Amino acid sequence: MTDITKDAITPPRSFLSQDAIQVFYRLLAALLICAVLAVLSDSFLSLGNILNVLRQASLTFFIASGLTLVVLTAGLDLSVGANVALSACIAGTVIHTTGSPALGILTGLACGGIVGLLNGIMVTALRIPSFIATYGMLWVLNGLTYWYMAGETLHGFPAGFRQIGSGYLFGLPIPVYLLLVFLGIGTLFAQRTIWGQEIYAIGANPVAARLSGIPVARRLLLVYAVSGTMAGLASIIFLSRLNSAEADIGESLTLPAIAAVLIGGTSLFGGVGTVFGTFIGALILTLVLNGMNLLSVSANWQPLVTGVIVILAVWLDMKTRHRAQ
Amino acid sequence: MSDALPIEVTSPTPLLELRGISKEFPGVKALDDVSFAVYPGEVHMLLGENGAGKSSLMKVLCGAYRADAGEFYYKGETVAIDSTADAQKLGIAVIFQEFSLVPHLDIAQNIFLGREPKGRIPGTIDRRKILADARRVLGTIGFDIDPSTTVDKLGVAQQQMVEIAKAISQNARILVMDEPTAALSDRETELLFALIARLKADGVSIVYISHRMAEVFALGDRITVLRDGRRIDGVRPADVTPDQLVRMMVGRNVDMTYPRHFANKPGDLLLEVKGLTAPTGISDINIEVRRGEIVGLCGLVGSGRSEVARAIFGADPVTSGEIIFDGKSISGEPDLAARRGIALIPESRKSEGLALLRSVSDNLMVSALRKLFPSGLFDQRSAQRTADGLIRQLRIATPSARQIVGLLSGGNQQKVVIGKWLAAGSKLFIFDEPTRGIDIGAKSEIFALIDRLVADGAAALMISSEQVEICHVCDRAYVMREGRIAGHLTRNELTEENIVRLGMHHA
Repeated sequence: MTDITKDAITPPRSFLSQDAIQVFYRLLAALLICAVLAVLSDSFLSLGNILNVLRQASLTFFIASGLTLVVLTAGLDLSVGANVALSACIAGTVIHTTGSPALGILTGLACGGIVGLLNGIMVTALRIPSFIATYGMLWVLNGLTYWYMAGETLHGFPAGFRQIGSGYLFGLPIPVYLLLVFLGIGTLFAQRTIWGQEIYAIGANPVAARLSGIPVARRLLLVYAVSGTMAGLASIIFLSRLNSAEADIGESLTLPAIAAVLIGGTSLFGGVGTVFGTFIGALILTLVLNGMNLLSVSANWQPLVTGVIVILAVWLDMKTRHRAQ
Repeated sequence: MSDALPIEVTSPTPLLELRGISKEFPGVKALDDVSFAVYPGEVHMLLGENGAGKSSLMKVLCGAYRADAGEFYYKGETVAIDSTADAQKLGIAVIFQEFSLVPHLDIAQNIFLGREPKGRIPGTIDRRKILADARRVLGTIGFDIDPSTTVDKLGVAQQQMVEIAKAISQNARILVMDEPTAALSDRETELLFALIARLKADGVSIVYISHRMAEVFALGDRITVLRDGRRIDGVRPADVTPDQLVRMMVGRNVDMTYPRHFANKPGDLLLEVKGLTAPTGISDINIEVRRGEIVGLCGLVGSGRSEVARAIFGADPVTSGEIIFDGKSISGEPDLAARRGIALIPESRKSEGLALLRSVSDNLMVSALRKLFPSGLFDQRSAQRTADGLIRQLRIATPSARQIVGLLSGGNQQKVVIGKWLAAGSKLFIFDEPTRGIDIGAKSEIFALIDRLVADGAAALMISSEQVEICHVCDRAYVMREGRIAGHLTRNELTEENIVRLGMHHA
């Protein structure tokens, strides 16, 4: 047998895991952006602005956290934005007709979850590539929502319900608490449960995962259902915050969510990334947009800047990971 | 072998000579002052265990790696090989184990990829000329096939022929072949050997990497042995015995006898397969495996051995028949079979057995998660401890459980695949070519491991193309032919002749 040192092309990995190092770089980047904005703009460090950034980031994060799990399995869910719109409109109708916010919330979550499950069935039972299945679903959901709403706008919800999106508790917006809760749940699920481990294994090599005895189809169903349910959750926050629902509210949500996942260091090829990384990704994205607003940079530049950040983040990831391998 | 001598007398200058080649990677000296010469028209065998430096030498030769130190001489004159283009100019071509063909293009397009004859309309290919040229090249290597066949319709052996044709069309004078017979049947191997003889006669030199002793003596004009990145010796086949070569490769005496303690009487029936038929081409398969047994599953490549393994494991659908494991009938996906205690160690461990970019620990734990963490909560530290235990038990050579598994040698990767099922507590281990691409030292260890497993009450079903292995290790064996069980051989009947006789097509 060959001697141990001869087998190892690279020295053993350092104490910090690759994932921890990637997250650390991202935290540094977020802090750097904060420092620059604090110098350039007087209002950046105001409490109101910081809470605003966190609240904005939380909306992107809810959608992006579920999406992260899908991307970890080397899949993609392009229907999340359209799912938010449909779920919000249905939840809104239920609240209007029954007057019960609780029932509305449950309907919104269920609607999101069912859509996710349908995505999962298309990917597993019908073996349609997730990119195509969820792209088709995007159109189907848009069609359903436009037909259902027929150009109407729902608005005016009970004050209690509106608290979810716009209320405060001990000086912090309620979505920020929800953000912390779901960040915790997401991280625990991905890192500290056997399902999380299996999801990473599926993303790293689906064939080997199946032949290692992992119930790949069931895990994928779970992952798409979670992604859909998180879209359902986001729909409730939206509904509550905007105090209205229209058919087109989801159109600008999917691409930023994907951007947050990618900036957060999750690889589209699967098996690599963290939910915490996605949180930082959502934060970086929001910080930059917030900074541009504060500095009165035209909103027309925002897509361009988002694109550059995504490309830069993924490129840096590839560089650092190549070195590690 | 004697006909090699006059060639050397008439041409004392090597076609290509490497002197004092060194190549270092962080933490390891892959090549250390290696010298190596190839004479025109010879087959030069390159031997060594995995990690001995064969692949590195091959990559230096074809320009994929730049040597840190050393000199190259082509027909006695100094040259530089700094890039693959340099190597190509010198007529060096490599046939890797994984082919670099484009599956959806036809044979002719693959042969002339990037060098297509241009048609009259700019941007088009002169179809008639490319097909004629391809036919001519295929003719020179005696490969009779329609060049407009797309490559994805070809078998492994035929794809290899296309790779060789491609190299020849680029005027290759030195052909480097990395374990070319690894995936070939006996018949295909014979055809390859005939082709090699033909190329030799045309003055093409062949550098041939092999793990198979029989090939080394059947083909080689000269042998270079590498160990730990150094050249140990250069010999002629007539001057050494296989045992001497093995000693050179491993640097110590290796017990080439296969470690196996045969039990006096087999244990309880563990697996019973009745009339299994599957759309993958196997029909009416009847197999029994008892605890404490190693049962061989032999036959030619393509006779349906892997398909039987996959059907038992639930990896492929089944049309009819019954699989009874441990007294209960099973059917379903691999997760069910795995939970019941069946393990599959697949043939291609890189693509089907491991997540190469994940750590040794992650790979060792993947099948045992439910067993080790019944609450569903995963604990990285406890996983790492279990992995460390397995690493020690299986003597996996890795700096730590956190090492990326893709960086381990073939033998150690195989141990990780076996280790994940040990962790899962499996009872029946189905091995599909467990020693493919593994060096001799590690082979012996794998067999010792299988022996220990069955001694502890597990059972093994072992597919192998190495009939010697089956004969030495198995209690008995089934021989397959064209998707069916052609016969059963008891321990006493288990000889290479019998396996071949039963497995051969009687056309």
